[in-house]
Amino acid sequence: MGCGAAEMAALLRAGAATIERHRVELIDLDRPIGDADHGENMNRGFAAVVSTLDTAVPETPGGVLKIAATTLISKVGGAAGPLYGTAFLRAATTLGDAAELDPPAVLAALRAARDGVVARGKAEVGDATMIDALSPAVDAAEMAEANGIAAMLAAAADAADKGAESTTPLVARKGRASYLGERSVGHLDPGARSTALLLRAFAEAVG
Amino acid sequence: MRVGLVVVSHSAKLAEGVAELAAQMAPDVGVHAAGGLPDGGIGTDFDAVLAATQAADTGAGVVLLYDLGSAQMTAELAVESLTDPGSAVVVDAPLVEGAVAAAVAAQGGSDRAAVAQAAASAGAGDGARQEEPAAEQRQADRIELTLANEVGLHARPAALLVRSIAGLDADVRIRRGDDEADAHSVLALMSLSARKGDRLEITATGSQAGEALRRIEDLAERNFDE
Repeated sequence: MGCGAAEMAALLRAGAATIERHRVELIDLDRPIGDADHGENMNRGFAAVVSTLDTAVPETPGGVLKIAATTLISKVGGAAGPLYGTAFLRAATTLGDAAELDPPAVLAALRAARDGVVARGKAEVGDATMIDALSPAVDAAEMAEANGIAAMLAAAADAADKGAESTTPLVARKGRASYLGERSVGHLDPGARSTALLLRAFAEAVG
Repeated sequence: MRVGLVVVSHSAKLAEGVAELAAQMAPDVGVHAAGGLPDGGIGTDFDAVLAATQAADTGAGVVLLYDLGSAQMTAELAVESLTDPGSAVVVDAPLVEGAVAAAVAAQGGSDRAAVAQAAASAGAGDGARQEEPAAEQRQADRIELTLANEVGLHARPAALLVRSIAGLDADVRIRRGDDEADAHSVLALMSLSARKGDRLEITATGSQAGEALRRIEDLAERNFDE
C-alpha cells in the first residue's frame, strides 16, 4: 500500500484518537513527577491538529506533518509542544514534497524526528524521557526496513513500548521530573508513554 | 540601532519584572517580555515568544534569555522559525543578572555576539576581582575619587558608568579597599558595595585609557546626574 497525504492524515487522526482515549492515564502519570498537564496538553494539541486537517489536507505527507508540527507547537505548550513540534517539523522537512512515501523515506523521517528531539531536549537514552521510547523505535524500524512500512511501524511501536517501560526504574535527568532526583524512580515517564501510544496508533492505522 | 532583548519566562509577571529592571538600566534598548500563557496561566507560549522576538529586532538582532527548561526549547524553536534564524540567539545565562548585563551592553552599542556574551558571563563568580591584577601594574593610568552621590555605586549609577566607557579601547578597573571590580560590568561594580563617601581608585589601560578616566571623573563630578 502507498503512503500519501491522505494516509498521513489518517495516521495523525488515529494518533489524536489514542491520545484522547489515554488523556487521563497521561495526566495520572504526570501528576507525581510533573505538573499533571501532559494528557491535557497533548489532547488539546492533537484535537487542534484534527480540526486543522478537517479544514484542508495538504497535498503531500510532508505538508501534513508540517501542519501538525506548527499546530502542536502553538497548542501543546510545556516541553511537549516544542519537542513533538520539532519531531514532526524535522520529519516534514526530510520528506520534502514527495507525494508517496517508501520505506527509506519513512526511516529517514523517523531518524530526523529522533535527532530533532535529541537536539532540542539535549537528552539521551537513559534520562527517562520520550527519547527512551523514540530512539529504540527508530532502531527497530531500521531493522525492519526491508519488510515494508507497516512492518517498520509495528516494530517501532513494539520497541517504543519496551523503551517506555524501561523508564520506570530510572532517575529522571531532564525536564520537570529531574528536580525530584531519586524520587522520580518508580514512575513511567509520561512523554515516553505518549510517544509509544502514538507509534502504536500509527502502526495500527497503517497495518 | 541596538540589539533587542526578549525575556522568556513561564510567568508573565516574572518576565515583565525582569524586563522592567533591565530596561531601567538601558533606556534606549527594546526589552520585550514574553511570559506565561495567553490565558494568564504558567507556561511558555510559542506564538508570544516568536512575536516578541520579531518585535525586538530593529536591525541589530535579538538576544533571548529564559528562565527554566521548556522556556529554552520554546525560545530556540522561535529563533529557528524566524525568516532569518541567524538574526537572534538564545543565551544560557542567569535570568536577572543576564538580562541586566545584556541590556547595559546593548545600550552601549555592543553587537549581538557581545550582548550575548555579556549575559552569559554575568553571574560567573562574584564579578569582583576576577583575574590578573599583575599584568596591568605596568602602564596604567590612574585616578582617585570620592563618591559624593547619595546612593553610591548602586544599579543606576553603575549602569551609567559602564555605559560612559562602553566602546572605548580601555580596560578599566575600580578598586575600593581590597576589592577590585571590572568597570565594564554593572554587576561587578555593584558587588563593590561602594557608598557615598567611599574612596575609589580607578585604573585604566589601553589607547583610550585617559578618555575613559576623564569620562568617569566627569560622571562622578556630576554626581551621576542624581
